[in-house]
Amino acid sequence: MIEFTNWDILRNLLLAARWTIALSLTAFIGGTIVGLLLTAMRLSGRRPLQWLVRGYVELFQGTPLLMQLFLVFFGLSLLGFDISAWAAAAFALTFFTSAFLTEIWRGCIDTLPRGQWEASRCLGLNFKQTLSRVILPQAVRVALAPTVGFSVQVVKGTALASIIGFVELTKAGTMLNNATFEPFKIFAMVALIYFALCYPLSLASQRLEKKFNGSR
Amino acid sequence: MLNFSDLLPYSDLLLQGLWVTVVLTFYATLGGVAIGTACAAGRHYGGKVLRGAIGSYVELIRNTPFIVQLFFIFFGLPAIGIKLSAWEAGLLAMLINLGAYSTEIIRAGLAATPKAQVEAARVLGLSPHQVFFRVVLIPAFEKIYPALTSQCIIVMLGSAVVSQISVMDLTYAANLIQSRSFRSFEAYLVVAVMYLLFAIFMRQTFEWVGRRLFRHRRVST
Repeated sequence: MIEFTNWDILRNLLLAARWTIALSLTAFIGGTIVGLLLTAMRLSGRRPLQWLVRGYVELFQGTPLLMQLFLVFFGLSLLGFDISAWAAAAFALTFFTSAFLTEIWRGCIDTLPRGQWEASRCLGLNFKQTLSRVILPQAVRVALAPTVGFSVQVVKGTALASIIGFVELTKAGTMLNNATFEPFKIFAMVALIYFALCYPLSLASQRLEKKFNGSR
Repeated sequence: MLNFSDLLPYSDLLLQGLWVTVVLTFYATLGGVAIGTACAAGRHYGGKVLRGAIGSYVELIRNTPFIVQLFFIFFGLPAIGIKLSAWEAGLLAMLINLGAYSTEIIRAGLAATPKAQVEAARVLGLSPHQVFFRVVLIPAFEKIYPALTSQCIIVMLGSAVVSQISVMDLTYAANLIQSRSFRSFEAYLVVAVMYLLFAIFMRQTFEWVGRRLFRHRRVST
């Protein structure tokens, strides 16, 4: 049996954490893009599009992320795509993230008084101008804190990619545990690395919340 | 291409799995909210040490994945002599997880109670016990009830992960069925729909309970 020193374990976990970060960034950026598209569809004022967005959000908020991962992983291979665990996790997490961000942003846009839309219309601004010059600059300030706060959920969500066999921090932890039989130490280390990734984001979110809610 | 009829022989397995998920969720919701209420009260009224301890617990749980907490409890704790069955470990992880989140939610509700309201109640001669339960806690719950509902549903959905330590929940049933019937996509689709329906059912149950619980009061926020 190979001997693992504490440093070996930590080094391997940190190397695997790079994949956790990569997957988190991919999902968050992808989720932001899809979320923006969904938000635009919701604001377009067309009923069928709004229902579609509503159904999408309900679907992804009402089912476990683990099921979404399984469905993407097995569903795409059923359709004949040879999909890697990385791609499946990236897709599933992107959908998951976009649904939650759309819902968060809906709340932020809806807190703005409806009168602002009407006032802009009276001033002769069209839909695009109203959105980009009046609504978004205000909504972004409100949305920043909860969006950063949600990024913590994305980082934590990537841990589930370990279940479909993608080697990131959690999977590396279980693999090292199988080799060393020191679960207490290894899972404590894994938890601390996640904490080191997530806690700064949580703090940033709290700070943004204070900053922008004070000025409103 | 899709074939759901192969799943029919396994309907009992699915229902058993659903039952395990329902029972886990029931205990976790009651216990988790109880832990959250106690910790929120401790964080609101307690001394510096207690506040610090509860704060660390909340932040530690909220900033680590549920699956790692679960593995730590199930695989890690036996190393220091605490042996739990898979079911106990799963429930404990859910309790600790929901406890931390609901602490934060309930604390926000407690903090939103106007000071004057507490003083007025005291002046009217209510005992500290009555003041806490009737003037502070129940109105606080009414304010944060929607957030608490969502969090309980999130924990229920998160419980899918306990299948990884072989708790025979709904996801475990799906895994079993797909390994026997090779209808993986169909099995997960059916189970996903079952989770969705259960989430909707939970939301409605919470609303129903909320209507009874807050029947005699309307706090304008």
